[in-house]
Amino acid sequence: MRESGEAAQGHHHGHDVGERLYIHRHSPIHDLPPHFKILSLLTFLIVCVATPIQNFWAFIGFFLTISTLLTIARLPVLTIAKRATIEVPFLVFAFLMPFFSSGERFELLGFEFSRPGAIAAASIITKGTIGVLTAILLSGSTPAREILRGFELLKLPSLLVQIMTFMLRYMNVITDEMERMKVARLSRGFEERGIRDWKFIAGTAGALFVRSYERGERVHTSMIARGYDGELPKTDQPIVSRSMKTLAFLIPTLAIAISTISGALT
Amino acid sequence: MSKPSLEITGLAFAYPDGNQALFGVDLSVEKGERVAILGPNGAGKTTLVMHLNGIHGAQKGQVKIAGTVIDTNDKLSLKKIRSQVGIVFQDPDDQLFMPTVREDIAFGPYNMGVRGTELDQIVNEALAQVGMSDFADRAPHHLSFGQRRRVAVAGVLAMKPEILVLDEPSSNLDPASRRELATILSSLNVTILMVTHDLPYALELCTRAVVLSDGVIAEDSPTRALLADGEKLAKYRLELPAGFTVTA
Repeated sequence: MRESGEAAQGHHHGHDVGERLYIHRHSPIHDLPPHFKILSLLTFLIVCVATPIQNFWAFIGFFLTISTLLTIARLPVLTIAKRATIEVPFLVFAFLMPFFSSGERFELLGFEFSRPGAIAAASIITKGTIGVLTAILLSGSTPAREILRGFELLKLPSLLVQIMTFMLRYMNVITDEMERMKVARLSRGFEERGIRDWKFIAGTAGALFVRSYERGERVHTSMIARGYDGELPKTDQPIVSRSMKTLAFLIPTLAIAISTISGALT
Repeated sequence: MSKPSLEITGLAFAYPDGNQALFGVDLSVEKGERVAILGPNGAGKTTLVMHLNGIHGAQKGQVKIAGTVIDTNDKLSLKKIRSQVGIVFQDPDDQLFMPTVREDIAFGPYNMGVRGTELDQIVNEALAQVGMSDFADRAPHHLSFGQRRRVAVAGVLAMKPEILVLDEPSSNLDPASRRELATILSSLNVTILMVTHDLPYALELCTRAVVLSDGVIAEDSPTRALLADGEKLAKYRLELPAGFTVTA
């Protein structure tokens, strides 16, 4: 958490790709240890997805829950809305489903719709939105580095965590490199006009790939030089207070309760 | 008399593609000495550095660190050798691979089995040695190039090496960072081997200089005497900056 506070004031070389999703605030959600947060939100999401869409009331409950959490985390509404637009292509697809799906049909406003299509569309839209909001909550309240720590503490295979750690570290290095190559291209009068200029772009991409590959080898050499033998240093188990545990436990429990009660009502 | 920090005898090496880089290098460096390795591009300097901690294994001849022969087949001794020989690579971005400065410096000693408060102490000490204590929790890409190089040095110092090997330590540094690094390096109580094209830097930091040319040590003399000898400099394609003269 401390690093991102620094990130906000530190001088930047280019844009900070790794940490741009994180929004620094002081909130109980921000304070949740990453492994508890990941597990808690993931369970919440699984319960949402497993609840049949016909349990209408449950989804109102889920939306209320995730909205409350976003409010507690004090993430700006406008930012949430902007980030949620990532969902739009999926929504377009979902909106088409009632028109083109087969099965029992019904009429509305003079159009004919497929009932299973409409149900599937409603399900995708609702659950997709809850999923996106949950992802925004996690990424907005947890620095990328902390999410990786969470994965490590959750005993995700160490190789995967290492790969992600390096991606986080070198994403900036490589985007900076890409930026410099672009500037070098522009400085020699290059202007992309059409498909025939793509070969130059492809050349740059190729060069970037080779450079990244070679960098990979150099990084590996320097790791070996400092005694690397397949494991990155382990993170100490963070101290988790009782209230943090309660909060982490409460979120999925609430979801299960909502799902069960609404199921009984329907 | 303690054993020399580094003792290389008859070291030869050819790359798998048949390109031979080293043709029998002999070099001995006493404990506490600071030695500059000079030589034109392609003389085999980097290849030599790769032999100092067993990243390349000796095909012929041997490399001894503080009296122990490097054996690349003996994983356990290799681990010890790597803690004794600290290499600072040219591009700090290749070396600073952990998300924060603190974690990066802890990487080496952690691999050597250091944990807990002892690890914290070593990290803090190394940071203080290079004057970067205020930057412990920064991400490496938020630092300037000079700062990153200093952190790279700290990461190696944290391993308490017998010998510190620097590959082009002054490259890409602005004059102030270059001077700051020189001050740090000369304050360290450790054997230093410095590969460089920056002759004034070699003169400032190292009393002894060796020239690697065509895969052998072609010259071994006091730095000042070497740099004052125009003929030899020309022979090995070494050049002082314009307007810079050294008198013996």
